[in-house]
Amino acid sequence: MLDDFFLRALLGGVAIALIAAPLGCFVVWRRMAYFGDALAHSALLGIALGLLLDVDTILTVAVVGSAMALLLLLLRRRGRLANDTALGLLSHGALGLGLLALSFMEGLRLDLLGYLFGDVLAVSKAQLLVIGLLGVVVVTVLAMIWRPLLLSSIDSDLAAAEGRSGSFAEVVFLLLLALVVAAAMKLVGVLLITALLLLPAAAARGLARTPEGMVVLAASLGVASVVGGLEASLLWDTPSGPSIVVAALVLFVSAQSLPPLGRLVASGTR
Amino acid sequence: MDHPGTPAALLQGRGLSFAYEGALVLEGIDLTLRRGEIVTLVGPNGAGKSTLAKILVGVLRSKSGSLAVQKGAVIGYVPQRLHLDATMPITVRRFMALGSPAQDRGASALADLRISHLMGKQVRELSGGQLQRVLLARALSRKPDLLVLDEPGQGLDIESQGELSALLAAVRDQGSAVLLISHDLSLVLSCTDRVLCIDRNICCSGSPDSVVHDPDYHRILGPRAAEALALYRQRNGGAEVVDLPKRADSA
Repeated sequence: MLDDFFLRALLGGVAIALIAAPLGCFVVWRRMAYFGDALAHSALLGIALGLLLDVDTILTVAVVGSAMALLLLLLRRRGRLANDTALGLLSHGALGLGLLALSFMEGLRLDLLGYLFGDVLAVSKAQLLVIGLLGVVVVTVLAMIWRPLLLSSIDSDLAAAEGRSGSFAEVVFLLLLALVVAAAMKLVGVLLITALLLLPAAAARGLARTPEGMVVLAASLGVASVVGGLEASLLWDTPSGPSIVVAALVLFVSAQSLPPLGRLVASGTR
Repeated sequence: MDHPGTPAALLQGRGLSFAYEGALVLEGIDLTLRRGEIVTLVGPNGAGKSTLAKILVGVLRSKSGSLAVQKGAVIGYVPQRLHLDATMPITVRRFMALGSPAQDRGASALADLRISHLMGKQVRELSGGQLQRVLLARALSRKPDLLVLDEPGQGLDIESQGELSALLAAVRDQGSAVLLISHDLSLVLSCTDRVLCIDRNICCSGSPDSVVHDPDYHRILGPRAAEALALYRQRNGGAEVVDLPKRADSA
């Protein structure tokens, strides 16, 4: 049954949406949206390295992304640069280096658009397996660091004072994020991964009452975006990656109008 | 387990210092906290009070010297403000549970502060005063050996300040150490056993009555010190708002 390309695309997309949901919530809570962007930009350097060394680009993108994460922590710990400045430095530095490296590879016909926007319809069985394994790793590791990561996302000082230093949890979290960006790149492309991390989480924020509730809601909205986007792309023959992101955007906008509607109903019945 | 009345050093710092971006904010701080005492840090803005508190609870690391905290000591920390992002949905109940997993402790701490009704509320929707109470309840629910409060008086009305000083006295009398940072001189005078006046280093220290007469204290705090002295005299004239028994064995 996995021979059907559309089913493979659905499975891959849904898996990525499920993995992205908890990570995306932490990205939103920790105000790290630009870190997702920086990771995406650095992916180009990873791709160039992968082609140069002739190894799987998922691996090199993950390695470059992890290096970025550690560099960011280092820059921030030194305290010399503000968070956003450090991020901008890393992200554009990596983008420049990546483009430069790619330009040196003469005779290489690189489908740059493919990397930027991905092709979820071309996902292979092997890639599905990789994403499945990644899902197991992400969920297991996140469950292990959940409490310290959650408390340090609420207030890092409070976490440290109570002996639950969030810094180890933060390192692990950033590495997971780098891994997921690398694995999701083939599906939705580097430019759109951040959208899949952020939009469902942002849409869920006003509707949830607990952190875990927000994760579940973000996961549902992410899955709905993938299914809706893919169905729409089949129906109207639109590019799949952007269709998924636009579906997520539509859900976000609808979710924004839900709380006011709820209040309206509540005041009407009072 | 605890022996109220027999002061044991719970925390001992020697030669603590800290610098932000190369600018020294704390230098050569020696300080000992014992069980059964309330110590207050006073000093002008930017004197390093919050920084010192963060070093003592382990949020920041001193650039020099040594810090010894009794093994297994539980710390309750009430930060000046909470950095909670507005996108984080979390109820007071859950927030309490992240402090001490025992559910009943959180509930009884909220009840002690008469804020049980906030249990189901979102933390991000609390008012400043409510949040202060929740943070305090959360720290207390951990049954701390050392309770550190950074400006807890902010956002509390006068009535609840009396409540606060009675509460801190109760914590002390159960054999814990309390470190208080406060601008609020009436709060300081009503419940403190020992005052440390700091401005980068410790300028003077001692019982509240000795410190309010110390020339260093007046030099550092200026007009506010005079205000404290007036308040102190008024208090000793019999106008006590909160009646706390004087402890014979206070350090």
